[in-house]
Amino acid sequence: MATNVTLERLIRGAVNLGHFLGRAFPPDLSNFDILAWSMFETLNIAIVGVTLGVILSVPFALLAARNTSPAPWVRSITRLMIATMRTIPDLIWALIFVVAVGLGPMAGVLAIVMDTIGFAARFFSERIEEVHPGPSDALAATGAGRLSVIGGAILPETLASMTATSLYSVEKALRSAVTLGLVGAGGIGVELAAAMRLFNYDRALTIILVILVVVIGFEQLSSQIRKRVM
Amino acid sequence: MNAIVINDVHKYYGKLHVLRGLTLTIPKGECVILLGANGCGKSTLMRCLNGLTPHNQGTIQLLGEPLPPLANTQLRRLRQKVGVVFQQFNLVQNVSVFQNVLYGALGQQRLGLLTTLSCFATNELRERAMMALDRVGLAHKAQDNCRDLSGGQQQRVAIARTLMQEAEIIIADEPIASLDPKAGRNIMDLLLEVVHERGLTVLCTLHQLELAQQYGDRIIGMKAGTIVLDTPRQQVSLVDMQQLYHGDTRVDQTQPPHMLNLTPANH
Repeated sequence: MATNVTLERLIRGAVNLGHFLGRAFPPDLSNFDILAWSMFETLNIAIVGVTLGVILSVPFALLAARNTSPAPWVRSITRLMIATMRTIPDLIWALIFVVAVGLGPMAGVLAIVMDTIGFAARFFSERIEEVHPGPSDALAATGAGRLSVIGGAILPETLASMTATSLYSVEKALRSAVTLGLVGAGGIGVELAAAMRLFNYDRALTIILVILVVVIGFEQLSSQIRKRVM
Repeated sequence: MNAIVINDVHKYYGKLHVLRGLTLTIPKGECVILLGANGCGKSTLMRCLNGLTPHNQGTIQLLGEPLPPLANTQLRRLRQKVGVVFQQFNLVQNVSVFQNVLYGALGQQRLGLLTTLSCFATNELRERAMMALDRVGLAHKAQDNCRDLSGGQQQRVAIARTLMQEAEIIIADEPIASLDPKAGRNIMDLLLEVVHERGLTVLCTLHQLELAQQYGDRIIGMKAGTIVLDTPRQQVSLVDMQQLYHGDTRVDQTQPPHMLNLTPANH
């Protein structure tokens, strides 16, 4: 069988998992400040990456939406670029950027930027295409230029939906940022990878618990904000 | 001087021949009511008049200047002089009433939106916007969100927007079709008052024949993409106007004139 699933291996796996859990308890809380610092770095990667990504998503979305794109070929190229950014997984972007800019949080930030544009620019452009054409016509009829029509009539109508998408991107980016460290792109993932490789399972468990608390806390906060915005 | 001169204008949507050689002259300061059944090409004519939809053939002149075929700075400059009032009001819903009126100045400002946003607008511009709102009786609603206004109030804001624009021609495409009769009459009264105050030229489409008999100087009737009626208001008869709604009125159900054969319509 290609996937190599056998009963014997499953049983061995369960035993190994038992070993892991046995050695993971109690969690190792020493050097907690280093962990906290790494977690803070992960949060930074996520927030900086998502902020840049969301800001860049707006021009990408405007170029990709049928009603705001200056020409059909611009629209096709932009859509292709967005689709590429979305199709390549964040972890692979991180690998590419580790090669390009070296190990560390910068590679993580760039990977998150790519991942965010792939996701947010698509939703933004779909929302822009749904905007009722009437107000844009009315502003164009006053003699307004293209950019004024976009800024005056189209963006105000899409703002609420864009905010919700952006907040969701933050949650998504935080989850990505945790794993990006596994390939050396900075943050708490680096600590987790090291702990696992050195068989420091008790330390690994602490890291996993920290991630769990921060991610859940952040999702709660974000959904509260989203409820208020919508 | 003539405000609008249309000469042999044709418009096709794919194979559909919508405007079939329209020729029309409207002198400055005249108020023209345009009648016609749904699908006769009225709205297409309105959209062609300021280049929102480009026409295919013939010429359109506004205030002595030809309407350029492509969207460029010249067209934008010409559009500033033509205020449009839409059936669906077409206000931007998520911004304030005041901001919507300020948008009327978008074309006049060299920096466009940057100097028209209410937080950056000059005091002179803000004052003019307040005066426009005051003229339509909605100064107290300036900071409200547009979606909280009634239909009649929204159309008033749209009129204030054209006042802000300082247009010389007003094109109103069924401005009262989405309003109840009383609100509709109020809007027509306001529109005509404003027009007389400022000596503007108006082309307004309507569906209500009894209103058409009360407003404006001249009545033009369209049927299947051509003009079939053009008389001063005082001389128009109800029968003539009713004729506009009978027989082959729609452009998508009739052949253009040069393809007509001699068999009579079977309606």
